[in-house]
Amino acid sequence: MDKNRKARVIGATVLSGAFVVAALTGCSTTQSETSSGSTEYTLWDPYPDRDASSDWAKAIDACAADIGITIERNAGNTGDTVKDLTTAAAGKLPDIAMVDNPKVSTLADAGLLTTTDDNGLDVSDIQENILTAGQIDGKTYGVPVGANTLGLYYNPEVLDAAGVDIASVTDGASLTAALEKVVAAGKKGITFSAVGTEEGTFQFLPWFWGAGADLTALDSTEATSALTLWTDWVKNGLAPQSVLQNTQGTSWDEFKTGEFAFAENGSWFKADADAAGYMSIQIPGENGQPAPAPTGGEFITIPIQKDTSRYATSVKIVKCLTEGNTGADALGYVAPTAAGQEAQLAADPSLQGWVTAVGDAKPRTADNLGIKYGTISEQLYTAVQNALSGGSSPADALAAAQQAVDAKLG
Amino acid sequence: MTAMHTAPRTGAGGNTTAHGGAVPAAGAALPSERDGGRRRQRIRQQLIAWAFIAPVAIYMVLFYAWPLIRNLDLSFRDYSLASFITGEAPFAGFDNYIEVFRSPTFWPALWNTAVFTFGSIIVQFALGLALAVFFYRRFPLSTTLRALFLVPWLLPLLVSASIWAWMLNSDSGVVNAALAVFGIPQVNWLTSPQWSMVGVLIANIWIGIPFNLVILYSGLQNIPSEVYEASALDGANGWQTFWRITFPMLRPVSAITLLLGLIYTLKVFDIIWIMTRGGPGDSSTTFAIWSYRLGFGGGSPDLSPAAAVGNLLILIAFVFGIIYIRTQRRTGDEL
Repeated sequence: MDKNRKARVIGATVLSGAFVVAALTGCSTTQSETSSGSTEYTLWDPYPDRDASSDWAKAIDACAADIGITIERNAGNTGDTVKDLTTAAAGKLPDIAMVDNPKVSTLADAGLLTTTDDNGLDVSDIQENILTAGQIDGKTYGVPVGANTLGLYYNPEVLDAAGVDIASVTDGASLTAALEKVVAAGKKGITFSAVGTEEGTFQFLPWFWGAGADLTALDSTEATSALTLWTDWVKNGLAPQSVLQNTQGTSWDEFKTGEFAFAENGSWFKADADAAGYMSIQIPGENGQPAPAPTGGEFITIPIQKDTSRYATSVKIVKCLTEGNTGADALGYVAPTAAGQEAQLAADPSLQGWVTAVGDAKPRTADNLGIKYGTISEQLYTAVQNALSGGSSPADALAAAQQAVDAKLG
Repeated sequence: MTAMHTAPRTGAGGNTTAHGGAVPAAGAALPSERDGGRRRQRIRQQLIAWAFIAPVAIYMVLFYAWPLIRNLDLSFRDYSLASFITGEAPFAGFDNYIEVFRSPTFWPALWNTAVFTFGSIIVQFALGLALAVFFYRRFPLSTTLRALFLVPWLLPLLVSASIWAWMLNSDSGVVNAALAVFGIPQVNWLTSPQWSMVGVLIANIWIGIPFNLVILYSGLQNIPSEVYEASALDGANGWQTFWRITFPMLRPVSAITLLLGLIYTLKVFDIIWIMTRGGPGDSSTTFAIWSYRLGFGGGSPDLSPAAAVGNLLILIAFVFGIIYIRTQRRTGDEL
């Protein structure tokens, strides 16, 4: 007994000692990060799942070696704007920060980011439509490391069994007809994510834009027709009730049961789809042309520093990560430059559909919406939820949404 | 109340009177020297007392008082994202509260909070009490069964809520599959505005039963068995025994169970957030969910209105706390 107790005491002492040491080393590393004039640069990214052995970490290390500096990577910056800003208030902004593209305008508006005028970054080779997410009032606050977007995956086996030709799917009405055929053949129609978060808006936007609607007028007839399309699918059993709660991940799980004919989902599932034998097309718009889908993906930004001489090197890091296709490949994105996309296509020609989709895509904060997008998006996914759940009609739900936006944005 | 009247007579030095009995016996020296020694000793005792109380006091101020004050302050200012940079947030008076009251979400959220809280604790209490009485008569396997009832308590809320969401899934949930056996058509538990509150209530009641069971069961142990013996001799039947003896004698325990349940249920967030995110629309949005959605959920954080909603929640809990204390005092007077 006594021996046990002694052992326990020693164990506890050693453990608490270890904690103290760990805490102290933790402090010392954060302090060295902020010291200016060094060749150590800090980079925040939101990819905690990519460890030091990942392609992404290796791409960063390669850039650091090229430039002759060291890059201290912090992968905990998962895009919590409020947290970013509080940390910023303490005067500890990183040299490079990667932020989800709809958040760039928020951070820029708060005065945290440098423009390309300040830091001298050349953005001429970045694909124009992706870049606009980082542009507010003619100023550019960052560049995309790459982009992903949404498409319409389909299961050829289910379509064949139901006698549906994918070439017949060119707009909302022909897609609904295809879904009806599939359901009549005893399979399930389409799955997507209409969850009450930003993800729900992201998924609804292709149909919304494809109908010709605009985020500045949520209650337009075009918007109503897009929401009616979705609502009728759920009402008529062409889409399951679970779409109201699906994230894009759970929606993909549903699709992978092999029961569904269609799934709206992101280019990030391409490898998984290839393995399962699924194919994809661009989401059809109301005019028979592919609808613009929203772009996803992070922007590389250069936050404001006291020591402005650091920008020159930061620009080199950004250049290194966005030029060519190393950065985009490491993260599973379509490259942001023409040269990068060519290199990606040379390696994998089946990417063509997604490269085209990214070319047709549109950032959520485009049309100079900037920080207004957050408010509009919140009301839009709320309207989608209200209509799909049968709580109110699509027209009423969208009218209420526009009213709420007007009240908030004045 | 009598103690309060005697207190002033012993003077302002509360500490000296507390130790008064010991000091004169120890002080056998000259009056002046004794006075100095007493003062020094008094200061020392004061310091020691403060040293003992300091950790708790600092802890309370840092982790309870300060956040509460900050939250109040936040709710009376217009705190925007830019405030983090500039450190300035203009004073807004009651603007945030007015905005919250005028919001179309306010009345639904208040109603939902009331339905969720009272619905949960009434059913939890009734079922918990029924089970406690049931297990009070020991029978073979009763301990094992009672232990099984504690399982919901042991599970992380994230797990419970996710599994309930899964079971209540409209298309492929086990609950709807079971109902279908009886010919009941598909119920959209979590995706229709009519049912979403019922869906989260079912999950929350299930999670809350063990808490009520455990506290009420231990309350039952404290009722003297002589009372039951006497009532048995008088020929009381089971129903009469419960309503005339068990229920009244359990009143203090019941009161604290209900109060704790109320405060706990008022602030329930995780279950609702995981199962419905307060939706569809506002149909399962309570004050706790609303506060989070305002502050962190949407695209643009409305921190000040979120703080205002949070304060309303604290106020409601506070009011019920006072009601509890008053009823306690009344029952104390009666005894």
